[in-house]
Amino acid sequence: MNFSFSGKRIAGVLTVLPANERSFMDDMKNFDFPEEKSLKLKKVMGYDKHRIVTGETCVSDLAVHGFRHLFDKGLVKPDELDALVVITQSPDHFIPPTSNVIQGRLNLPHDMLCMDIVQGCAGFVVGLIQSFMMLEQASINKVALVNADVLSRKVSPKDKNSFPLIGDAACITIVEKADDRQPIHANLKMDGTQREALIIPAGGFRMPSTPETAVVEDVGDNNYRAKDNLTMNGTAVFNFVQVEVPPMIESLLQQAALPVEQVDYFMFHQPNKFMLHKLADRMRVSHERLPSNIVENFGNASGATIPTNITFNLAEPLLNGTLKLCMAGFGVGLTWASMVMAVGQLGFCEIIDY
Amino acid sequence: MKTVLEVLKGIRPEFDFTTSEDFIADGMLDSFDVVTLVSELDQSYGISIAGTDILPENVRNIAAIKQLLHKYGIAP
Repeated sequence: MNFSFSGKRIAGVLTVLPANERSFMDDMKNFDFPEEKSLKLKKVMGYDKHRIVTGETCVSDLAVHGFRHLFDKGLVKPDELDALVVITQSPDHFIPPTSNVIQGRLNLPHDMLCMDIVQGCAGFVVGLIQSFMMLEQASINKVALVNADVLSRKVSPKDKNSFPLIGDAACITIVEKADDRQPIHANLKMDGTQREALIIPAGGFRMPSTPETAVVEDVGDNNYRAKDNLTMNGTAVFNFVQVEVPPMIESLLQQAALPVEQVDYFMFHQPNKFMLHKLADRMRVSHERLPSNIVENFGNASGATIPTNITFNLAEPLLNGTLKLCMAGFGVGLTWASMVMAVGQLGFCEIIDY
Repeated sequence: MKTVLEVLKGIRPEFDFTTSEDFIADGMLDSFDVVTLVSELDQSYGISIAGTDILPENVRNIAAIKQLLHKYGIAP
């Protein structure tokens, strides 16, 4: 499914990271995993440090902290926001929507559309598409898009495939109408037949959490997790990404009539460095133009990795000018989505700690 | 140039890879090992194995790995 927009822009991006930092090497010691093997993985996959929340920190805590920073610094005015879109897989509650929780905690105006969308690693592109569609309305001039997750709280600490690389974060992206009519192109696909490749089996209405679903089980390969925990079929997800993402980007650039050389950076979701290098090689894009250093510095925080990629790697050029960015996310659903647009000059582009 | 067997032994020295026809089913290579194996093959032979070729059936035994390398013009 293709989308195109014009007269919209990203005004600024803020990343909020938990101050609590863990080390991959220290985590792997808990798995009785040979140090030499951990070192190889660290190099190949790019695992090193990751940020995760402590205690009962929720998505709204990270987001409210970020909004207060933006309001206090005068970077965004609360009464300018017409819509609040929250993309998360780890809501504060089933009911009410986390967007309403954030709106209420910040005392934002009532004349505002609050919306939650359950999405994961494709959530930044999905959120931008949704925000741009909202901006087609005369009554909506500015949208706050929040991509936030605290999924570390749902990952088994004894699952070495997921725990040492999971990250938590909240990103706030302000999207608004613009006089500039530069085209924005996007595409998106979903395949619900592969929905179990990334799943938290228990905790919803299909399989409510019980003492039984909290029992940690041996799932093989020295990994232990409960049905209440996140489960990822890593091989299936890896193959899905390698098969689907390169043709998606090719199709997007054709739609935009944009040669690959005219894209300044490919800002992709970052599950691990190995996967990104394989994508870059397949697309014949240099590794420098497809940054892969987010997972090694902060971990994989689902829909927050692309905006974190932007705030960590491109803050200076985007605060001072414009870049043509091709963004792509892929994961839960399964969902894969991409967007190419000019980004900058931004009013803010920074990372703060919670 | 390293042989395929040498690359495998470098990853999991505790196993005899000449005795198995399915390293994954026999528990000799886990998913992390497969990633490490592909990375080592890339480096050893100066190639970049496509992500779409990183499938269990392409790394399940020495013959399968050699066949995969043949696709990239390598005859180890």
